[in-house]
Amino acid sequence: MPRYWIGNAEDIPRCGARSVFLNGRQFAVFHLSDGSFHAIENRCPHKGGPLSEGIVSGKYVFCPLHDWKIDVTDGRVQAPDRGCVRTYDVEIEGGKIYILLDEANWTEAG
Amino acid sequence: MRKKLVLIGNGMAGVRTVEELLRADPSLYEITIIGKEPYPNYNRIQLSSVLQGDKKIDDIFLNTYEWYSRNGITLHTGEEATLIDRQRKRVLTDKGREIPYDKLIVATGSLPFMLPLPGADKEGVIAFRDIKDCETMMETARHYRKAVVIGGGLLGLEAARGLLNLKMDVTVVHIFHHLMERQLDETAAIMLQAELEKQGMRFLLSKQTTKIMGPKRVTGVMFADGSTEKADLVVMAVGIRPNVEMAKRSGLEVNRGIVVNDYMQTSDPDIYAVGECAEHREIVYGLVAPLYEQGQVLAKHLAGVPTDPYTGSVTFTSLKVSGVDVYSAGEFRDGGNTRAIRIHDEAQGIYKKILVRGNRVAGAVLFGDTSDGQKLFSLIRKRADISAFGKLSLFGGADEAAAGTDWASVPDDEMICGCNGVSKGVIVDAIRNRGCTTVEQIKGCTNASRSCGRCKGQVAEILQHMLSELGESAAAAPVKAGMCGCTTLSHDEVRREIRAKGLRSTREVMHVLGWSNPEGCSKCRPALNYYLGMLFPEDYEDESDSRFINERVHANIQNDGTFSVVPRMYGGVTSPEQLRKIADVAEKYNVRMVKVTGGQRIDLLGVKKEDLPKIWEELDMPSGYAYGKAIRTVKTCVGSTFCRFGTQDSIQMGIDMERKFERLYTPHKVKMAVSGCPRNCAESGIKDIGVVAIEGGWEIYVGGNGGVELRAAELLVTVKSPEEVLEWSGAFLQYYRENAQYLERTSHWIERVGLKHVQDVLADPETRRELNERLDVALSVTKDPWKERVANPELRKQFEPITIG
Ligand code: SRM
Ligand SMILES: Cc1cc2nc3c(=O)[nH]c(=O)nc-3n(C[C@H](O)[C@H](O)[C@H](O)COP(=O)(O)OP(=O)(O)OC[C@H]3O[C@@H](n4cnc5c(N)ncnc54)[C@H](O)[C@@H]3O)c2cc1C
Ligand code: SF4
Ligand code: FES
Repeated sequence: MPRYWIGNAEDIPRCGARSVFLNGRQFAVFHLSDGSFHAIENRCPHKGGPLSEGIVSGKYVFCPLHDWKIDVTDGRVQAPDRGCVRTYDVEIEGGKIYILLDEANWTEAG
Repeated sequence: MRKKLVLIGNGMAGVRTVEELLRADPSLYEITIIGKEPYPNYNRIQLSSVLQGDKKIDDIFLNTYEWYSRNGITLHTGEEATLIDRQRKRVLTDKGREIPYDKLIVATGSLPFMLPLPGADKEGVIAFRDIKDCETMMETARHYRKAVVIGGGLLGLEAARGLLNLKMDVTVVHIFHHLMERQLDETAAIMLQAELEKQGMRFLLSKQTTKIMGPKRVTGVMFADGSTEKADLVVMAVGIRPNVEMAKRSGLEVNRGIVVNDYMQTSDPDIYAVGECAEHREIVYGLVAPLYEQGQVLAKHLAGVPTDPYTGSVTFTSLKVSGVDVYSAGEFRDGGNTRAIRIHDEAQGIYKKILVRGNRVAGAVLFGDTSDGQKLFSLIRKRADISAFGKLSLFGGADEAAAGTDWASVPDDEMICGCNGVSKGVIVDAIRNRGCTTVEQIKGCTNASRSCGRCKGQVAEILQHMLSELGESAAAAPVKAGMCGCTTLSHDEVRREIRAKGLRSTREVMHVLGWSNPEGCSKCRPALNYYLGMLFPEDYEDESDSRFINERVHANIQNDGTFSVVPRMYGGVTSPEQLRKIADVAEKYNVRMVKVTGGQRIDLLGVKKEDLPKIWEELDMPSGYAYGKAIRTVKTCVGSTFCRFGTQDSIQMGIDMERKFERLYTPHKVKMAVSGCPRNCAESGIKDIGVVAIEGGWEIYVGGNGGVELRAAELLVTVKSPEEVLEWSGAFLQYYRENAQYLERTSHWIERVGLKHVQDVLADPETRRELNERLDVALSVTKDPWKERVANPELRKQFEPITIG
C-alpha cells in the first residue's frame, strides 16, 4: 500500500493531536501517552467536530463540540453514543510519520 | 466485499431508511442513491414553513452533501431512474448510467394529482410538492396578485396561508361543503374556516372546477355552476398518487402503490419499497410518521438485525398554519359504534372531541387547544384501556395547559415527537445519559422535532425540566457524587486530598487517588488542572492538554470548527482607535461576522485557527477570556459621568474591577457589572458579582445568574468606597475559587452553602485580608495568553495545521 509522509513525530505533542492536510484531505494525527501515533478522519460522526482539537485521554479523544468519546485506535464511538470514524494505518521511520492509504480509498473519499 | 445497496428516490422515507441502516451497521453495504431532484434530502414538510416565510430553503435540508460523502454514499442528484433491469440486477438512469445492485430500495414518493381539466397545462397552474413549486409561488407572488388554491385539505390550506403571507389575494376552492373532510368533523371544520377567514382567506365551498381559463397564462377558473373566479396563479392541492410508473414498467407487482409485505419486500425479494410509493396491507400512507416506522423495520431487516414486522400505523395530522391549532388522529366521524366525549367552548374557540369504542380511544379531533394531542395519540396507538380515566381527565384540561405541563408526572412512554416516534423516556435518556443540553442536540441524538417541528416546544420544556432537576440534585447532594466516572471521590474530597498529600500534577492525582481510567476523562482532567493551579499558583505548571480546547487555544470553538475572538474592552468602553483596529483586522482576515456580544464588547466570529495568532498580534488588545472558566466581563452603565440619575462613577469602578481581576481562572465563568444607581442598567442583579451605586456608597450583590436558571443576586454587603468594593469582591472571588466545585457557578454555590455562611466568613477583616493576599499571588502569575502565544514560535506553531501537497 502506498504511504505518504505527513510530518515529523516531534511536531505532534504527546497526549495531543494535530490536523494534517494531505493533498487537500484532512486527518487528525494523535500522539498517545504510550508513544504511539494514530491517524483518523478529522470529523466527528456526530456533527463533524474537529477531533484533532479534543482532549486526549489514554487511547480516547473527546470531541470538542459535544464530548463524544472516540477510540482513536479503532475509530469506534464509545457508548452511549454510536458510530465510527475511519482510521488509517501509520508507520514511523526515522522520526517521520507516514500514513498508508490504499489508492481506491483515496479517490473514493478524496 | 460489501454488498451493493441502491436507493431510488432521495427523499424523506428512503434517506431515513439509509440513516437507520448506517446506525445499525455502517459496514454492510456500499450505498448509492439516485434522486431526481437536484438537491440533497430535504424536509418536504417544511416547504409550508418556507412558503409562510418562517424558514428559508437553506434551513430545511436534512442531510448535507457532506453527510453523503462522509458516510461513503455515492449520490447522483438530478438524475432519474428509468428502469430496473431485474435480470441483470441493474438500475438504468436517464443519464445512461447502469448501476448494479444486490439489494434495491424504491422510495419514489408520490406525484401530486393534477385534475385533468381543460387548460390545466396553462402557465401559472402548479402543484405544491417540491422546492421548485415553492420557488414558483414565491416568484409569482412578486408579480401577480390573485391566487386560487384548488383543494381545502391540509396541503391546500397550508399553501393558501403561505400565499397570503406573500401578500397575494387567496381563494380556496373546495369540492366538499366543509374543509379537511378527511380529518375533521363538521364542527371543527366550521371553526377552522371561521378562523382562516379572519386571517384573510376566502372560500368557495361545494364548487367543482371544470375549466382553467386564459390565453397562454391562466386568468381564471370556471365552475360547474357556470360561475368563475379570477386567477393569476392556480395551485392544485387535491391529492397525491403513488409514484409507481417505473416500478410497474420494471415488472414489480403494483396495485395502488408498490405492493410490499411486512418487511417492505416487493414481489421481487431483492427489491424493497418504502414511503408513499409503497402499499402495505392495502394501505398507502401519506404522512411521515408511518413512513419512518416502515423505514425502521426495513433498515433492521437489511442489517440482519432481528425486528418485529411492520404491521401498519395509526396516523395523526396537524395543520401547520400559524395561529390555528388543529389536530386529528384515528377516527373522527361520529357514528360507527363509538361514543363521543366533547368539550366545546365557543367563547374561547376551543373544541375537543374524543371518540371511544368500548374501553379504548378510537380517535380525536382537537381545535383551538391541541396540547392533549400527543397524549391522546399515545392512548390510541397503545390501544390503552381507559376505563380507569375520568371522562374529563382524558383531556388535560385548560387549567393544566395554562399552568404548563408537570413533566415529572408524564409517563416515560408518552409520545412527544409523533413524526419520529420519540417518547418522553428517550428524550430524558438523551439528556441524562447522552449529554444533550440543547434542543438541537436532542434532535441530533433522537430525531425528535426533526420533521414537522411541532413538538419543539415540548422538547424544550422537557429539557428545561430535566436541567433544573439535574442541577438541583447536583446542588442538593453536593458532596457525595463522584466527580466523574473515573473516581468515586467527590470534588471536595479530591481537593482536600490534593492539598493534604501535596500532589503536583493531574497524573499524580489520578495515580495516587486510584483513578479507574489512568488518564482520566474530559470531565476530571480540566477540574484537576483547575484545582492544582488554584492551590499552587506559583509552582504548578499548567497542563494545556488537560484543558478544553477553548482554554488551550484561547478562543471559543464554533459549530464548524472555526473560532471566535473577543478582545477585552474594559468596562464596555472602547475608542475610535480600537474600533478602527478591529475593523481593519476583520476586513483583512475576512472575519465572517462582527457582532456586539451580550457582554458589552465585540466578537469576531468564524476565524480560522491558524489566523488566531495573526489577528491577536494585529489587534494588540488583551484577551477577553470570553472562552474560559475565568473572569469574563464587567458591564457598566454610564453612571454619574453622564446620567442624570447616576450617583457614582460606575464606569471607572467597572474598569478598575476588570483590570484588577482579569486573567483569573475560576471554577466557572464569573460575570460582573456595575450600575450607577438602582435602576440597574448594567443588570447587576443577575451577575456573579453585581455592584450597584447608591448615594454615598456601593451595594455588592453576589450569586446572580441570567442563564439556564435565572437567579437574582443577593446583597452581600454595602460599603462606602471604591477600594472597599475591590477588597470585598476580591475576598468573595478567592473564597469562591477555593471552595466551589469545578463548573459550579456562584449561583449554584451560594444556593448550596447559603449566603449567610459566606457573609459570616467574609465579615472578618483578617480573613478578607488573607483571601486577598492569596488572590494577589494568583493574579501576579497571570500573563496575557494572546501576547504569550504571539511572541512564542513554539506555541504559535501549534495553531498551524500540517499541510502537505
Ligand atoms: C458571545 C455571547 C453571545 C452574544 O453574541 O452576545 C455568548 C456566547 C456563548 N455562550 Fe453565553 N454568551 C454571551 C453572553 C451570555 C450571557 C449574557 C451576559 O453575560 O450578560 C449569558 C447569561 C448570563 C449568565 O451567564 O449568567 C450567557 C449564558 C451562557 C450559559 C449559561 C450559563 C449558566 O450558568 O446558566 C452558557 C453555558 C455554560 O457556560 O455552560 C453559555 C455559553 C456560551 C458559549 C461559550 C457556548 C460554547 O461553549 O460554545 C457561546 C459561545 C458562542 C460562540 O460560538 O462563540 N452562555 N451568555 C456572549 C458573550 C459575552 C461576552 O462578551 O463575553
Ligand atoms: C407541502 C407539504 C407539507 C407536508 N406536511 C406534512 C406534515 O405536516 N406531516 C407529515 O407527516 N407529512 C407531511 N407531508 C407529506 C410528507 O412530506 C411525505 O409523506 C414524505 O415526504 C414522503 O416521503 P417519501 O420519501 O415517500 O417521498 P418524497 O419525500 O417525495 O421522496 C421521493 C423522492 O424520490 C424522487 N424520485 C421519484 N421518482 C424517481 C426516480 N424514478 N428516480 C430518482 N428519483 C425519483 C422524487 O423526486 C423525490 O425527491 C407534506 C408534504 C408536502 C408536499
Ligand atoms: S450564544 Fe449562548 S444563547 Fe446563543 S446559542 Fe450559543 S450558548 Fe445558546
Ligand atoms: S460533533 Fe463531535 S460530539 Fe458533536
